[in-house]
Amino acid sequence: MKMSRRAFLQASASGTAVLFVATTGLLPRLAAAATSPLAPTDHRKEFQGHTLDSVVKAMGGDKAVKSSDIMLQAPSIAENGAVVPVVIQSKLPGTRMIAIVSEKNPHALSAAFHFPEGTEPYVMTRVKIAETSNLRALVQTDKGFFYTDKLVKVTLGGCGG
Amino acid sequence: MADPMRIRARLTGDTVEVKVLMAHPMETGLRKDSSGKLIPAHYIETVKATCKGKDVLTADWGPAVSKNPFLAFRFKGAAKGDKVTITWKDTAGESRTDDAVVS
Repeated sequence: MKMSRRAFLQASASGTAVLFVATTGLLPRLAAAATSPLAPTDHRKEFQGHTLDSVVKAMGGDKAVKSSDIMLQAPSIAENGAVVPVVIQSKLPGTRMIAIVSEKNPHALSAAFHFPEGTEPYVMTRVKIAETSNLRALVQTDKGFFYTDKLVKVTLGGCGG
Repeated sequence: MADPMRIRARLTGDTVEVKVLMAHPMETGLRKDSSGKLIPAHYIETVKATCKGKDVLTADWGPAVSKNPFLAFRFKGAAKGDKVTITWKDTAGESRTDDAVVS
């Protein structure tokens, strides 16, 4: 088959575009839907939600308000999504709970830490992030739920094989 | 039986900073082994830290906490020589308790 340079470029460009859309938009969703019957179903209701709102509702709240008094420290680019260091510190008075939420993971809630009186609302840990997404720090105080987020770009996913 | 945790508790001013490194595979249940079979989920679900009979931190974890989890937190109200005890329980029903002396 003979193909002019222009035709070849057009064809390959549209081909990549289709591939790009498929890999970024559609495929992870389809893959998630296909694997979900096999996915572990954690019996705790907080871990069943797929969005920040559903996690807040499972914890008995209404909705989370964005706050600048929460410090979330995580790398902008995580080379290995299986090990992403996260530091969260809350300056909100009466902080009782800090949770790490990544909505593109099979379970949105990664971990929740409960702070009795005398413990500083500070935690450092390492989590898995499946794909590039906004990492969210959710804080529960006496006044309700607050959150902040940070975009973490993942070059190698944390939940695959 | 899982390997022991490595715990360090250091007092600076009036605050104790505790750093814990646990040995655990934290399998999500989504990974496949080389023959294509799913590796069953096996992860730590709850972590509890106590000092002088009082809870200083409790945590609920899902499978998204990294393998061989690391955890650091800070609390007040302990002196040098006090003991910090950490316990984890996982989805397989295993648990492990280790302690460290505040230094």
